[in-house]
Amino acid sequence: MKKVLSKMLSDYGIGVALIVEVILFSQLSQYFFTADNLLNVSLQASITAIIAVGMTFVILTGGIDLSVGSVVALTGIVATSVIKIDLFGLPFLSFIVSILAGLAFGLLSGIIAGLFVTKYKVTAFIVTLALMTIWRGSAFMFTNGRPVWGLPEMFSVLGGGRIAGVPIPSVIMIILFVGAHIILTSTRFGRYVYAVGGNAEAARLVGIKTNRILMEVYSICGILAALSGILLSSRMNSGQPNAGIMYELDVIAAVVVGGTSLNGGRGTIIGTFFGAMLIAILRNGLNLINVNSYIQQVVVGLVILLAVLMDRQRMQ
Amino acid sequence: MQNISKSYPGVKALDNVKLELQAGEVLCLVGENGAGKSTLIKILSGAINKDSGEIFINEKEVEIKSPFDARSLGIEVIYQDFKLVPELSIAENILLGDEPLSGNSLFIDKKKMKEAAYLTLKRLGEEIDVELKVKNLSVAKRQIVEIAKALSGKIKIMAMDEPTASLSKSETENLFNVIGKLKEEGAGIIYISHRIEEIFRIADKITVLRDGKLINACPVYEADRKKLIKWMVGRDLEDEYPRVVCNRKHEILRIENVNSKRLKNISITLYEREILGLAGLNGAGRSELANIIFGAKGKNSGKIFFLNKEVDFKSPREAIDAGVALLTEDRNLYGLLMQMSVKENISISNLVSLIKGPFIRKKSEKKAVKEFISKLKIKTPSSETKVENLSGGNRQKVVLARWLFSNAKLIIFDEPTIGIDIGVKYEIYNLINQLVDNGIGIIIISSDLPELIGICHRIAVMSNGEISGELNEDEINQEKIMELAVVNL
Repeated sequence: MKKVLSKMLSDYGIGVALIVEVILFSQLSQYFFTADNLLNVSLQASITAIIAVGMTFVILTGGIDLSVGSVVALTGIVATSVIKIDLFGLPFLSFIVSILAGLAFGLLSGIIAGLFVTKYKVTAFIVTLALMTIWRGSAFMFTNGRPVWGLPEMFSVLGGGRIAGVPIPSVIMIILFVGAHIILTSTRFGRYVYAVGGNAEAARLVGIKTNRILMEVYSICGILAALSGILLSSRMNSGQPNAGIMYELDVIAAVVVGGTSLNGGRGTIIGTFFGAMLIAILRNGLNLINVNSYIQQVVVGLVILLAVLMDRQRMQ
Repeated sequence: MQNISKSYPGVKALDNVKLELQAGEVLCLVGENGAGKSTLIKILSGAINKDSGEIFINEKEVEIKSPFDARSLGIEVIYQDFKLVPELSIAENILLGDEPLSGNSLFIDKKKMKEAAYLTLKRLGEEIDVELKVKNLSVAKRQIVEIAKALSGKIKIMAMDEPTASLSKSETENLFNVIGKLKEEGAGIIYISHRIEEIFRIADKITVLRDGKLINACPVYEADRKKLIKWMVGRDLEDEYPRVVCNRKHEILRIENVNSKRLKNISITLYEREILGLAGLNGAGRSELANIIFGAKGKNSGKIFFLNKEVDFKSPREAIDAGVALLTEDRNLYGLLMQMSVKENISISNLVSLIKGPFIRKKSEKKAVKEFISKLKIKTPSSETKVENLSGGNRQKVVLARWLFSNAKLIIFDEPTIGIDIGVKYEIYNLINQLVDNGIGIIIISSDLPELIGICHRIAVMSNGEISGELNEDEINQEKIMELAVVNL
């Protein structure tokens, strides 16, 4: 038991911090540790946490994707615009096509980022920074800055519905984390992701098609950002051109707080899960105990610093 | 330095070690990899902190907590793995952290900097354009810049960790001259090398470490080659270069008229049960040829036949699948995934064989890896240990294990024993011999002539991108190789 605990502590120090946080807020607010509130937190966390899954893959290869927030917005616009198109009078068909169109856009964004990174050897930071403003601008262009309203009721099910009482976005989030964990720890692709991030040239020389791996991680990240965008627009029952602003930073914070190195090669998906939850619970808890939103921002920043510092200590 | 101890999780790297160095003296620190030599030097240079013990300089106790402390005490260190900034010029690297300023301003006096760098290099007998970026230099030239960098300060103690590992003969001579000058100037020098000839050439005193403990410290005249090896390894070594009989069989690899950026009309054939050596100076094109065979670099023209079939590998993946393997010269940078485990490094090129559905069969993986660990006698706490925690020799064995696991039929060794100590070297030669006996084609590229002569059956010498000659077993000697190596210069 002691051994298991100490391994937990060294492998997932962040997990311990999370437990401390939960205990603390349970003491400070009676409402905090109720099923209602915890489900609520998971719903709030899900939008960025889902993107964080994709971002973990990208950061593990030593890359970064700053375009995710804008992908969220433009995907929402694409999906909500498509669902309003009448397809042979079959509303369900429109619904399916709108989701596929949204995901396809995410994939396209990922492929563009991947192409520039692999083929033209442009730094991921610059490529995705450019995509970030291109997609954001496009979202405003297509809508003239106005939200897309008047959606069929069916559309709000994804973001607002529940399965056995659990919000659908939370269910999707859990499935994605479990799936990504298995992929990273137990498949060839996962192993290659770590290898490329650790040392790309050495990875090529052991026979890994490094460019293909990079294309794949950016595609995964794009698709998951799009999925998030669909869930968010479904929750808001509209396509908002200014949705997802600054999400990229929340997402990167979750990944890094979770112990993944921005240099690539080191990190875990479980860490990212804990990182995302740590930040979401912090926001929720501070709200419950009535800390005003200005102070909240400062506290969140401090916790990010503290978490990263703890991780440093652990590495040495 | 006395009573120095340092522990890492699971290992006692240094145990009560003592080291004494007088002014104007060369002390050779010898021992196998993992003996604690580098750790001791790193403590002296402030790169790592000791657990206990004291350091005295001029009979005054000093605290060395950081490289900055060490430098201000006049301690300079040349590391085995370079500490150069590739994007900066030679001059900028040499004077890094010590830039001359113009007047009292904030600006660097570039002219003065270039001049200082030029003069330092000249002391080393080297005249290169100091404005070249370090990333464009060969490994040997980088080593010289690294040495020049250390020389630019005021030196009381100079420690060198395998400075000659990638230097040519004349460059090594120049370095020895500089060491001689430093001695005259009253500096104390700590010199680490695996090349025993060098030790006997320049040492005044020898300190031997084994497994973190001080084994012996004596003036050089009290030691001889045999004794030294015994102290280092802890037992007698019969023969430095084990040899198998050449039993040439059918052809494995044939290269016909290959041309590339640096290679001109290379033709050569490799046979089963015969070790082929590639000799030549640094930059002769030996590594380029290896990379072309391995599909890591492209050729302009020419044909390559592997196992009697013409091949044209477009990527290392294709070469690996066909059964070609390359142990790169710089294994830390190109050969290994340092942050990954021993297990992952061994299995990575042949995960296909371990796949069931989408998943890696972890039990089979572990079993296969364990077999290689015991077969190659890789010293590692476990198969999950990260490669960065292993010694040079064991890292090389991990690379070799990977290629054996991926069923290589041709293995190219580029400087197989660089930075590897005598005991493990011997094991690696034995492994190479076993592989040849098992019918695997072997090409060895090495700048260590005694090594090439010791284990190869045929040696092709390269010079300036061409093969300048081939020597058969009965014609091989050092002079002939050197003659051929400089023929096109």
